[in-house]
Amino acid sequence: MTGRQSELEQLVAAKEVIVACGPGGVGKTTTAAAIAAGVAAHLGGKVLVITVDPARRLADALGIGGLGNRATRVPDEAFLAAGVRPKGELHAAMLDMSESWDALVRRHAPDEPTAGQILSNPLYQNISRRFSQGHDYIAMERLFELHEEGEYDLLVVDTPPSRNALDLLDAPARMQEFFSSRLLRWVTVPYRSRLVNMASRPFYQVADRVLGSQLLQDLADFFILLQTMRDGFVARAAAVDRLLRDARTTFLLVTTLEAVPGREAAEMKAALAERRLHLGLLVCNKVLPESLTDPGAARAADRLAEASAELGPGLAARLASGGDEVAADVVSRVVDEVAHSFANFRLVANREAELLRELSAAHDVTVTIPYQPGHVTDLASLLAMGARVFGDEAEEHVAARVSGSRRAGGRSGGRPRRAGAP
Amino acid sequence: MSGLFDRRLLFVTGKGGVGKTTVAAALGLLASEQGKRTLVCEVEPKGDLSVAYECGPTPFRGRAVTERLTAMSMDTEASLREYLRLIARVPVVGRIGPVASAFDFVATAAPGIREILTVGKLCYEVRERHYDLVVVDASATGQVIGQLAAPIGINELVRVGIVRNQTSWMLEILRDPAVTGAVIATTPEEMPVTEAVDLAGRLSAETPVNLACVVANRVLPELFGNREEQVFEALLEPAVMKEVAAELRLDEAALGAVLQAARLAVTIRRDGAAHLERLREGIGEQVPLLYVPYLFGRAHGMRAIRQVARLLGEEL
Repeated sequence: MTGRQSELEQLVAAKEVIVACGPGGVGKTTTAAAIAAGVAAHLGGKVLVITVDPARRLADALGIGGLGNRATRVPDEAFLAAGVRPKGELHAAMLDMSESWDALVRRHAPDEPTAGQILSNPLYQNISRRFSQGHDYIAMERLFELHEEGEYDLLVVDTPPSRNALDLLDAPARMQEFFSSRLLRWVTVPYRSRLVNMASRPFYQVADRVLGSQLLQDLADFFILLQTMRDGFVARAAAVDRLLRDARTTFLLVTTLEAVPGREAAEMKAALAERRLHLGLLVCNKVLPESLTDPGAARAADRLAEASAELGPGLAARLASGGDEVAADVVSRVVDEVAHSFANFRLVANREAELLRELSAAHDVTVTIPYQPGHVTDLASLLAMGARVFGDEAEEHVAARVSGSRRAGGRSGGRPRRAGAP
Repeated sequence: MSGLFDRRLLFVTGKGGVGKTTVAAALGLLASEQGKRTLVCEVEPKGDLSVAYECGPTPFRGRAVTERLTAMSMDTEASLREYLRLIARVPVVGRIGPVASAFDFVATAAPGIREILTVGKLCYEVRERHYDLVVVDASATGQVIGQLAAPIGINELVRVGIVRNQTSWMLEILRDPAVTGAVIATTPEEMPVTEAVDLAGRLSAETPVNLACVVANRVLPELFGNREEQVFEALLEPAVMKEVAAELRLDEAALGAVLQAARLAVTIRRDGAAHLERLREGIGEQVPLLYVPYLFGRAHGMRAIRQVARLLGEEL
């Protein structure tokens, strides 16, 4: 067992909830699914991964296309077909935003007719479908619900792409704030007393003129309906917030080592620390192979570039087997191109290595996953990715059985690494 | 494609992480270099535009980057104030302070209010001709449809009031393909291309804005032609590699790493080419598709923006 494998096993043993966060477009959803699959396969337990808007192929790989909120078990046969005898169970569910909102309303509304009124209100429909901060909240709320039901040993939740990564962390607090806001009181007071209240008068003067009194009335009606759910909502949001801070919850920060996502990840990391939330694992995705930063390889590339012209004729003769002529200048050009391409990628790889150093502090468990051509198309490739997170041994185990799995150059496994280690 | 900058308003959108800000900043810079007084506006005020132009904070009132180039960040509250002062002529602007945060909440709850304040400010700059061209670093796929469709949707909910009266002139600007266009940025990867194709369809189905062009960002150069690739494959054979290493007195492993790196480059490129084909098919032949090569050098800051602007200039 590699060092990282045991670190991860300890982490997973101690935690019940893993929240995947990070910038958009870095493979967050896939990483969350790969980790869940890896835990189910190699460590055991009943694992549920909740994904938000997965790519169709990932959804197909997990067998959750069009299932809404309902969790479904990935059959053992799928694991066996991928060459793995799973120690545990993998379940998967999608997060259906409007379905989750509707369920929330039904739970907290005082009675059936009120719930119906809220659900059919056009303002409600807008909030539940388009309000992105609401989506953040719903993801956390759904997580809380599943955790409370206690049916799974480990929950891995993907989070919706947000405008701002911090929205996610603050979503429960915002929800509480919303229900205690002054505005809610202003809008819901009877019309006549509105103009009497000195604090709210300017608001009404402006709002009436700009929005028209009809919209204000619609808002008032809606907010009055919302008020009926206030106590339940506030208590619930507070509980959701507690779960995020609970010792059983950890965060998984996923990023690539490109400049912009890297900067966002650094901000996210600082925000987690500031809120005293637990960062259990930092995953850097699509990282170029380590061999690109090797000085010996760089010297070899330089030598190739120098010698490309002289190499041409000899190599051309060597390659021209079976009467197939090879022009010396074509060979020289290829050698040149190889050297040039190495220099290009080396620059990027060095930049990535520097960013990784900046991003991972000494005590972080950091995993780098090499750039993999192709995509997660089935459980086998998902397991192969999960194995990369968990360490080399497990990967060999899986990769040997994945037919046609292409290896990127250099070392194919993610490297176990505690930052600061050479 | 020379007509891209003949428009007055360009919304650059796409999946998060594909380089929207880079494309928007580069288009803005290029237009300004071609003599257009240009405003570039970042809709999500995350500071990406300020990083791109290395120009310090980009406030709502704008910051001059060069003589003809101004950068700003959207701020719906400031937009509301400006709107009240200039258009609605509401006298209570001075006292709106404590109300602003409350208004923020109404804007959150009421459909389209925040969006209309965003789109409204941009259309206003176009209408007032403060600039020849407004380039918008717009929201990502998830939110941009709501933003661009806001002037249509607002009519359904706001039945009277000043906001509603404003939507007709905005729609006039947004609907005219000679005035307004959307630019979808993407990269040659699975999800970005899928979202770009999906977005192209939704733009025309749900919003008044027409698709002007698609920019494929970070496209890797082709390393080898057909004949060259055969030679390259032959080089990878262990016996050949051994000979080359011996001839140049190189460590075999080091040479292997160099060749494997080239192979990775070829594979990534081939993978991307398949996605670009899917992109071309998905958006249709009539939509211009511009390519921006992958920049191996500095990937951010003004130097990168200048490079992308030059490359886009060659494509246009």
